[in-house]
Amino acid sequence: MKDRRLVLGSLVWLVLLTMPYWIGAVGGYTELASRVVVMALAAMALNFLLGFTGTLSFGHAAYFGLGAYGVGMTLKYLEPSTGLGMLIGIGAGTLAAALIGALITHLRGVYFAMVTIAFGQVFYFLAFRWNAVTGGDDGLTGWQRQPLEVAGLRLDIQTQDTAFYYFALACFALAVGAMALLLRSPFGRTLIAIRENERRARFLGIAVERHVWLSFVVSCALVSLAGTLYALLNNFTDPRALRWDMSGNFVIMAVLGGMRSFWGPLVGAAVFVVLQDYMSSHTQNWMSIVGLIFVLVVLFFPRGVLGVLRSGGSS
Amino acid sequence: MQQLILFNVFNGLIVGAFYALMALGLSLILNLSGVINFAHGGFLALGAYLAYTVMPYVGFWGALLLAPFLTAAIGLVVERVLIRRLYGRDPLYSLLLTFGLAYILEDATRFVWGAQSLPYPIPDWLARPLSAQFFFLTGYRLFMVALVAAAVASLFLILGRTRLGMRIRAGTLDLETVSALGVNVRVLRNLNFGLGIYLAGLAGVLAAGMLGLQPTIGTSLIMPSFVAIIVGGLGSLVGTLLGGILIGVASGLATVFLPAASEAIIYAMMGLVLLLRPRGLLGEEGRLS
Repeated sequence: MKDRRLVLGSLVWLVLLTMPYWIGAVGGYTELASRVVVMALAAMALNFLLGFTGTLSFGHAAYFGLGAYGVGMTLKYLEPSTGLGMLIGIGAGTLAAALIGALITHLRGVYFAMVTIAFGQVFYFLAFRWNAVTGGDDGLTGWQRQPLEVAGLRLDIQTQDTAFYYFALACFALAVGAMALLLRSPFGRTLIAIRENERRARFLGIAVERHVWLSFVVSCALVSLAGTLYALLNNFTDPRALRWDMSGNFVIMAVLGGMRSFWGPLVGAAVFVVLQDYMSSHTQNWMSIVGLIFVLVVLFFPRGVLGVLRSGGSS
Repeated sequence: MQQLILFNVFNGLIVGAFYALMALGLSLILNLSGVINFAHGGFLALGAYLAYTVMPYVGFWGALLLAPFLTAAIGLVVERVLIRRLYGRDPLYSLLLTFGLAYILEDATRFVWGAQSLPYPIPDWLARPLSAQFFFLTGYRLFMVALVAAAVASLFLILGRTRLGMRIRAGTLDLETVSALGVNVRVLRNLNFGLGIYLAGLAGVLAAGMLGLQPTIGTSLIMPSFVAIIVGGLGSLVGTLLGGILIGVASGLATVFLPAASEAIIYAMMGLVLLLRPRGLLGEEGRLS
């Protein structure tokens, strides 16, 4: 078991580290690779809550979008600094999550999902309506990601797609590493205990609400990090980044890959993003195809790619 | 000014009636089967377009009568084929399935009837304003409010006075016992789902007469319906009705004073309710988990 996990982990990192060098050969492009990494980060962050705390959030696009608008608006109005923009984006997403989380963590299951969906829409309407500042439906344009300069070292993520890919991958590595550490800590074990049997966890004296709240905030903070990277990748963001369908996409990525495994959402995100890229250039009925993916996954594939692989190997 | 306020309050009332109709259907399904039907908006659009399609043959009144039943029939089939498999499993899966279904329904509507908006003709005598001073008070709008009121009253009559309604209410409280008493729970859930979809179809036909037809007509109504359920209180149908009308009127009033916030205000209300009274206005204690 431990060996297999080590092999899987090494394989994942090997693929991610070399992706820009072979993705062109298999018909992709560097931007697509970056998108896979960014979406994978979002899906894994969601899965921290969904798969490891057992709490169903259907409104994560709100925090993703807050990150995206945070970085975009900082670069556009405040200061042309990528680092500052990201800090503000993540700060905005985390703060919103902390406040909203405090209102809703007493809810469970299907009701929690419904409230997160509804709250997700607030920021969509803000971005959509507040034309003067957010650009409304047309999106936030007129800004660009800036080269990074740390201690005299200059990394030109502005013009070099490959440099941006590795920057995104570094952020991904930090976030994923943090999640892996958290999950191994007593805090993470407690979350898994809550997922497995909330009532028993409560009897043991665990403050369930506080743990769910913390998990929600951690998850949303990392999703807003993904949101900042998404906006930087496109040099653009629009209200669709924080609409309900984006939240649904995150959930389906996690489920498609396998929400009970650490790397599952990464696999799901890769499949989803590549399929979306391919289909949207080949058919007008992309929506039906996404819908069909949802239905088919639920009916025939509820444990996801890695879930099936794992049980196939052990039996 | 006074007339402006009156106008927007009345508008809000109509919008609230739509929210309530949608939310009541959602609530019925959620309470008995534990399924959030994300495709509810898709069914609403389906009802609207089906009415448009049958109208040349059966006329305005025929379409109003027929289309909701056709929609409900499709709902019964969808429940039978897809949703039934997911009862008792993690609510995640039914949510994802209906989410996908919402996508498919919207795309299918666009594919069959086209992406451009279509006009939905209503009888002339209904479209006229009732008086010059209250120009916004067309017969159709009054008729709509009356019809929604009648539909809601019939729903509560069905739930309160018929055997089916009694079983639905009992099943909401304890499905296992109802099953043990010999009620066929599969049929009960099927009919209950159909009843919810009937309300969505009815809302669709009425909305078509006011807003015209667009494939996205349902998606814009579903989120406020969630808010209506949460504000009104989970598990309480009267609460859902109250919540729908309340947020409709609130967003109508917001249109007068702060147009940009007309959508955001209902979410602010939801936040306030969750803060001050977490179970919602009329929600029962202990239904939250």
